[in-house]
Amino acid sequence: MLLLEQLLNGLQYSALLFLLASGLTLIFGIMGVINLAHGAFYMVGAFCAAHTAIASGSFWLGGLAALAGAALYGLVIETGIIRRLYNRDHLDQVLATLAVVFFSNELITLLFGRSPPAMPTPDWYNTFVEVLPGLMYPVSRLLFIGAGLLVALGMWLLINHTRLGMLIRAGADDHEMVGALGVNISRLYTLVFVFGCVLCGLAGFMAAPLLSVEIGMGEKVLITTFVVIVVGGVGSVRGALVGALMIGMVDSLGRAYIPQLLDQLLPAEVSGALSAGLISASAYIVMALVLLVRPRGLLPARA
Amino acid sequence: MSRRLIIDLACLATFALMPLVAALCNEPFLVSLFTRLAIYGMAAASLDLLIGYGAMVSFGHAAFFGLGGYVVGIIAFHSSQAMPLWGWEGSNSALVVWPLALLCCALLGLVMGYLSLRTSGVQFIMITLAFSQMLYFILGSLSLYGGDDGILMNERNTLPGLDLNDANQFYYLCVGLLVVWLLFCRRLVGSRFGFVLRGLKQSERRTVSLGLKPLRYRLTTFVIAGLGAGLAGLLWANYALFVSPDMGAWQKSGELMAMVILGGVGTLLGPVLGAAVYLGLEQLLSLWTEHWLLIFGPLLLLVVLFGRQGIYGLLMARQRPRKPSAQPAPVATTREVHP
Repeated sequence: MLLLEQLLNGLQYSALLFLLASGLTLIFGIMGVINLAHGAFYMVGAFCAAHTAIASGSFWLGGLAALAGAALYGLVIETGIIRRLYNRDHLDQVLATLAVVFFSNELITLLFGRSPPAMPTPDWYNTFVEVLPGLMYPVSRLLFIGAGLLVALGMWLLINHTRLGMLIRAGADDHEMVGALGVNISRLYTLVFVFGCVLCGLAGFMAAPLLSVEIGMGEKVLITTFVVIVVGGVGSVRGALVGALMIGMVDSLGRAYIPQLLDQLLPAEVSGALSAGLISASAYIVMALVLLVRPRGLLPARA
Repeated sequence: MSRRLIIDLACLATFALMPLVAALCNEPFLVSLFTRLAIYGMAAASLDLLIGYGAMVSFGHAAFFGLGGYVVGIIAFHSSQAMPLWGWEGSNSALVVWPLALLCCALLGLVMGYLSLRTSGVQFIMITLAFSQMLYFILGSLSLYGGDDGILMNERNTLPGLDLNDANQFYYLCVGLLVVWLLFCRRLVGSRFGFVLRGLKQSERRTVSLGLKPLRYRLTTFVIAGLGAGLAGLLWANYALFVSPDMGAWQKSGELMAMVILGGVGTLLGPVLGAAVYLGLEQLLSLWTEHWLLIFGPLLLLVVLFGRQGIYGLLMARQRPRKPSAQPAPVATTREVHP
């Protein structure tokens, strides 16, 4: 039963990671930009959701605000800054987007203050459902998993079965050729970027009631998101899904079982300290192992 | 005198005369600030060795800074608590502690470099980040050593002939080590080894066909750069008398990268200037407003987007109108977009 619950928790964490990683990996795969500021849009989404929900009392309006806020901020940042980075080397991209992170954090602090807002939730949101006989699971987390699944399905449909998806795939392969065929490539870039930001906003909205809405929440999850896309293979949405599931599960199962395992192997005072470190580092250890075996990730976009 | 020499001497004079200026203005705070500049300058210059000459964009360079500091902190903790570490009661002598810290950094560099250099491009950026995050979390989980809160040290290490508790003497030690480090790096990049390294940066395929093995050169550079950051880290531990896992956090790696870009990639002295400007601005702006990053963020952005050659490039570029035939600033030639 514990295992099952941990698996569901892992699935919920995977859903969060996938929402962020799928956008990030598309942005990298198509535009070739390492976007450290991706987490900032997640934070903007969470803050918009919480404050709108507090002001209006409506949970869903908060969700709408999260999507709109993240999309709008994404649009501004893309047209103002990211657009200039497409032909730069990675070092410039890392630093410019790091600057955006600095700026965004302070902007949010100025606008909303330092105290973390508490997102109000409707009653049904805080109930539990019996997933399996004897296993009660909170609706809030199930909703999160559902959103992740829906987005995964939607992305698959979008990328494989629409005209836009075709352009995205073509753009990832050879963006110059797509441009030469008369597609407005810069509008496609903006669209993909804003789409990634909307997914961040969605993640922010879903996470706002569950996690604490605070400055720096973006960076915390962003680094793990990078681990996800590198494990999965940079640029590939399928890879992002596999990577998110892998990292989410390793984290959640690690939290449950690493302390038990180490307790049996090592004396108590050593194992306590070591397991805490090992749990936090587990995602990075997985990534190091994957890269050593497959330097381009599990499912690279272009083989 | 070439412009390069003038810049070198101007920087050296500024650093050398600072305690005098501080004493004249009755601002002992200046010495403390410049000690920080020297220490961070050393770390940034060592990162420049990787980025500017080896084309290895490491996003985990703070790991060495953190490890160097932590070795000093941990040994100080054991000797002050009279708690033997594997039977060794610890030492407070810099001649024992510092080489030990550097040895640890070299080992970390060897392992981290060997594994990371199997990848390149974005993957290299990310795997170095992953290693430094691993170290960060492990340091944070050491509950004996304060966990996330880190270690407060009671006293600085002792060095025969010098009193490190004296602010000025400690300052001159840091500046001296910085100068030695910079001279060493310059010799290195100007040597045969450095030429191979730069050749690898320009075209790996061409260099390999000359019969050279890339890994050997890159790994050596990685370890040397790690030693530089480790030296800076152990000096920082002595300066602040405090170490915490934040010394190895990814934000610190980002700061070091920002200093390199700000000062000029591939110039060695530039990143020292970059560190000075970064820390100076941080100091000034945070005096003015607590939201200093709101101004600093866009400023950094402007430098990245438009100031391609950094501060050092700016200083060098002025000589161009007078001597049209002169070589362009070295930075311009050594930047290359990764395929």
